[in-house]
Amino acid sequence: MKKFGKVVSMLTASAMLMGTLAGCGNSADTSSTETAETETTEASAEGTTFKIGGIGPTTGAAAIYGSDVRDAIQIAVDEINEAGGINGYQIEYKFEDDEHNAEKSVNAYNTLKDWGMQMLVGCVTSAPSIAVSEKTHEDNMFMLTPSGTAVNCVQYDNAFRVCFSDPNQGAASAEYIASDETLKSANIAIIYDSSIEYSTGIHDSFTSKATELGLNIVTDQAFTADSNTDFTVQLQSAKDAGADLVFLPIYYQEASLILTQANTMGYAPTFFGCDGMDGILEVENFDTSLAEGLMLLTPFSATATDDLTVNFVTKFQELAGHVPNQFGADAYDAVYAIKAVCEAQNITPDMSVSDICEAMKTGMTEIELDNVLTSPSTLSWEASGEPNKEPRAVVITNGEYVLAE
Amino acid sequence: MKLTKVSKRNLITYGIVIAFYIIIQILNLTGNLSSHMEGLLVPMTYYSIVAVALNLTVGILGELSLGHAGFMCIGAFSASLFSVATKETMNGGLRFFLALVIGTVMAAIFGFLIGIPVLRLKGDYLAIVTLAFGEIIKNILAAVYLGYDEAGLHISFKSFVLQGEGKMLINGAMGIQGTPSDSSFTIAIVILLISLFIVQNLVNSRDGRAIMSIRDNRIASESVGINVVKYKMLAFVISAAIAGTAGVLFSHNTSTLTATSTYFGYNVSIMILVYVVLGGIGNIRGSVIAASILYILPEMLRGLSNYRMLIYSIVLIVIMLINWAPKAIEVREKYVTLLKRRFAK
Repeated sequence: MKKFGKVVSMLTASAMLMGTLAGCGNSADTSSTETAETETTEASAEGTTFKIGGIGPTTGAAAIYGSDVRDAIQIAVDEINEAGGINGYQIEYKFEDDEHNAEKSVNAYNTLKDWGMQMLVGCVTSAPSIAVSEKTHEDNMFMLTPSGTAVNCVQYDNAFRVCFSDPNQGAASAEYIASDETLKSANIAIIYDSSIEYSTGIHDSFTSKATELGLNIVTDQAFTADSNTDFTVQLQSAKDAGADLVFLPIYYQEASLILTQANTMGYAPTFFGCDGMDGILEVENFDTSLAEGLMLLTPFSATATDDLTVNFVTKFQELAGHVPNQFGADAYDAVYAIKAVCEAQNITPDMSVSDICEAMKTGMTEIELDNVLTSPSTLSWEASGEPNKEPRAVVITNGEYVLAE
Repeated sequence: MKLTKVSKRNLITYGIVIAFYIIIQILNLTGNLSSHMEGLLVPMTYYSIVAVALNLTVGILGELSLGHAGFMCIGAFSASLFSVATKETMNGGLRFFLALVIGTVMAAIFGFLIGIPVLRLKGDYLAIVTLAFGEIIKNILAAVYLGYDEAGLHISFKSFVLQGEGKMLINGAMGIQGTPSDSSFTIAIVILLISLFIVQNLVNSRDGRAIMSIRDNRIASESVGINVVKYKMLAFVISAAIAGTAGVLFSHNTSTLTATSTYFGYNVSIMILVYVVLGGIGNIRGSVIAASILYILPEMLRGLSNYRMLIYSIVLIVIMLINWAPKAIEVREKYVTLLKRRFAK
């Protein structure tokens, strides 16, 4: 019994320690939340301000995405408020953490509802978005997710998204490869993460589209979140199969490891990724020269030189201290889309949540934004909630993202 | 009728749960319950249920299980699968009742299968095996695809395209979607009361005394003719079954069910163990209270924004010290006896 007690106390102690460490990781970005809080304390009487809520992970493994979205919304809200608000009404904004957990996300949604939220910009990640969309559908609350890519995130008519859905990205990647003279005859290998929706979603649509277009897939390799540090097996089989194009529908952390390990093996195919690859140049201790020639489909490039991007990136760096990724850009566009629709439909904050939602639903399908971060041309929406925009391919040249011809 | 000390203690536990339920209902009817709090009630209750289940294994049986999240996972997936498949053909009440039965039975079967080899051994093997079991279940369920179409039922570890009319039931990493939200606070409380009833009565029964004698001295209990494996199995299977029921409540509370570490990983099993340890090993009522408080706490700390997880961890350590540090116990006992003397006068 004594020994047993020891084991129990060891385990509990280590669990607590883990909790503490997880807590520490987040103390770095408190400066930005403080600004968020000062914004929300200027609360005024009911019905005179728009109340926009945001949900996303600002702690835990996916924290980088949530905190980027949080800060990007803050920038957009501040800009709009400075310029006189929406239809003359100021915006109040509050962001809640969901730890990338659907259960916690619903809790966060309920908290925001108690606060009086009228429109939701969120959630940041797919599974929480799906769970919350069930609730927003019940309440008939308008929901615009910046980056919930899974198909079901927008299964209800009150939900829209800014990013491409997973199948769209897979199909677009296959089409891009098929339309490229040098890439279309390549032997393609796929390495994907079978334990996350994002990666499997893109993988499935990519393979079906690629077969349809007659692309030559030679090998299809999976890994899971529990085995995402050593990729030599997958790379070796890609090499043995004679692949000269490796498609990586995964996030950049794993991709940086794959590039490094391929280099050690002396294997140098062309690597091709999707929007999750965005951010690879900012990975710490990663030799960016390895990413030379890496192609990725992404809606946003932080090095673009148009005024809008430069303005956003500068403000974002001031607030958060690093270059924004596409999640932030999606969120920024989301706020401006809400503004445009509210103005077109004459929505005022004294309307009920349900009335706002109805007006937003019709309004979303009618607007066309032409000056946005995440599309080279215009951005408009289908009634199904899917955005209409063109994907753009970026090639990494001399350590920078450069638009592909 | 004269109540024994034990049955009085048990009644207090039911009383606390029922009183809590009534308070919540009053708050709800008078409109004082925020929707945030309302959303927390069901999760709070199913974590209490699983804490009660784990306390049976850890506190009463004296074996360490690190796989209770795995049993929750089994219960959640089997029941969800059933509910999604029969969503159109069966009415709500009966379907959820059957789902509860299926989830419970499936978890019990897996508990039994694991128990056959492991419970025969002495030492901390159960901890190791249940830890592995939880991870295996989670990984298998995250990789499996199950669907039906005109050609029949398909199951595979690779994704496939359905021919014609059909439905994907388990969609690999995307899990099961569209589980009807049948869980309600009332049902959850009823199940909590039933599990409390089962566990507390088991503890005070002949079987329960046999189980506890194994915990305290295996050799002595063997020598008086107690079938060690049988009683260990009894306690462990009941514990797994109750965890499975909690899993059913879990999966019918949110519409998406994915087998990821955030819900069913070993971290969750350890979190449940933390509830049990802080509530007091072997103290059933303590488990319910600790699980409720510790689940609510990080949500109540939302106002502290980014500091909340840090503060939550500190609170855990403080509770641990107050509850179990010898000095703290000494001080507490001193004041309790002082108070008792006051009242006695």
